[in-house]
Amino acid sequence: MQDHLYNFLLYLGDNALILGHRLSEWCGHGPVLEQDMALTNIALDLVGQSRNIFQLAAKMQGEGATEDTLAYLRDATAYKNILLVEQKNGDFAKTILRQFFYDAFNYPCYQRLMQSSNKDIAAFAEKSMKEITYHLKWSSEWVIRLGDGTEESLRRINEALEDLWPYTGEMFKYADFEIAMTESGVFPDAAGIEAEWEQEVKNIFAQAGLELPEKAWMHDGGKHGRHSEHLGYILAEMQFLQRAYPGQKW
Amino acid sequence: MEKNLEEIFQAKIDREEKIEPKDWMPDAYRKTLVRQISQHAHSEIIGMLPEGNWITRAPTLRRKVALMAKVQDEAGHGLYLYSAAETLGVDRVELFEQLNSGKAKYSSIFNYPTLSWADIGSVGWLVDGAAIMNQVPLCRCSYGPYARAMVRVCKEESFHQRQGFEILLNLSKGSQAQKDMLQESVNRWWWPAMMMFGPADGDSPNTQQSMKWKIKRFTNDDLRQKFVDVAYEQAKVLNVTLPDPDIKWNEERGHYDYGVINWDEFWNVVKGNGPCNKERLAARNKAWDEGQWVREAALAHAEKRANRKSKKVA
Repeated sequence: MQDHLYNFLLYLGDNALILGHRLSEWCGHGPVLEQDMALTNIALDLVGQSRNIFQLAAKMQGEGATEDTLAYLRDATAYKNILLVEQKNGDFAKTILRQFFYDAFNYPCYQRLMQSSNKDIAAFAEKSMKEITYHLKWSSEWVIRLGDGTEESLRRINEALEDLWPYTGEMFKYADFEIAMTESGVFPDAAGIEAEWEQEVKNIFAQAGLELPEKAWMHDGGKHGRHSEHLGYILAEMQFLQRAYPGQKW
Repeated sequence: MEKNLEEIFQAKIDREEKIEPKDWMPDAYRKTLVRQISQHAHSEIIGMLPEGNWITRAPTLRRKVALMAKVQDEAGHGLYLYSAAETLGVDRVELFEQLNSGKAKYSSIFNYPTLSWADIGSVGWLVDGAAIMNQVPLCRCSYGPYARAMVRVCKEESFHQRQGFEILLNLSKGSQAQKDMLQESVNRWWWPAMMMFGPADGDSPNTQQSMKWKIKRFTNDDLRQKFVDVAYEQAKVLNVTLPDPDIKWNEERGHYDYGVINWDEFWNVVKGNGPCNKERLAARNKAWDEGQWVREAALAHAEKRANRKSKKVA
């Protein structure tokens, strides 16, 4: 049971960290100054959330574990994030759609975590909800803007949709640690999330003039440490100093 | 008439009253301010690049978050400053185009690369430190919107400087490899930071006029001296050697003497021959060009919405 809880925490933390890392790659390169700041803002929130979760996980693990040993000293196969969040930024449309798919999923997840039987998780989820609500609002508005903008923006967001859709199924393919958490009330009523996600996506797509794709083959494996090639490069970059100068304080 | 207005204007400045956007001002005053404020705004935006260069490699999550917040602050400074420039009748897009075309200048310091994690500390300690010396007097600049923007900028900059110093202090207490990283970084950043105050007073033709208009309060060399005096003491705390064998205390002057600045290097970097001039401009141009369709989409969508609304009302 403790193992499941630990893995569940890593899963939550890894999703936030890897997506935050990806978004931070935009910093200084955004399409307009205000959106550059918004992207970095969300990156900051996500990395901040991952720190909170890793601190809980590190406390469970003991043996000198810290938020940083968890982020910097695990290799790709020990990372449990979904494949969606490690996908490359691509153009602004791809970044927006990746964010929207994640936010529309994360929002109902954290609503449930606020009701968690684990007090630490419930408190953390409550604290994060304001941020997550803003993220979803921001990414939804941009999906609508790009879908209902120009011909070019519509073409680009449709291309992003084609690329990213096969990564959406993994969110709802629950791993053993998620099932255990649902059964124990740490992550109550997970089964309802998919329907809520779909409803939200349909609603925003309708306003954006986008069509939901047909059922497609879905990639998975991230929750079990089987990632795309991208994650190795993310970690190589992120972990460079900790690996090159082991055991130092920074 | 013109003469009279100019006298009233100067009298106002002499009384330490602020000039506001709708007040009459000489064309040359307006031009000087537009140039200075926009250069300052551009420096904030270009400055995001060398620092952003280490966000994905920051050594701990705490450092990563702090660095992102810092770079985001720079974007915010850019925004306040572009807004201050807009009160003088230029718009942001026009200023961006001047930056992207290479016509507008920005602080040359950002044409140097950040090669190690210690550089993130050095940029905070030396570059932000030098910037603060320059910027604190600007909080009393005669032009109201610029002075007010600078109050906010300076508050955040001094926080950044402390953060940078703290990164270095941490390295100074670390392993030999970390101490070496610190020294190597200070060796590279010291002289470019000294150049940030601009040419020596004898070679700075606009200084006198800017001081008369109270845009500038101190000369380049005065500010540079202040910086050396403060930095020398801080270097002792960090246990690093400043790469200038001529630095020594001058009892008579009550200041540290320092060596000769390589002005040839300075002017070359200004002219575009610095190690990263081309990359910095290319990065800005790429972001701007690739953002074009996004900005167009946002505008098109806003128009469609407005049309739908007005149709509904009708």
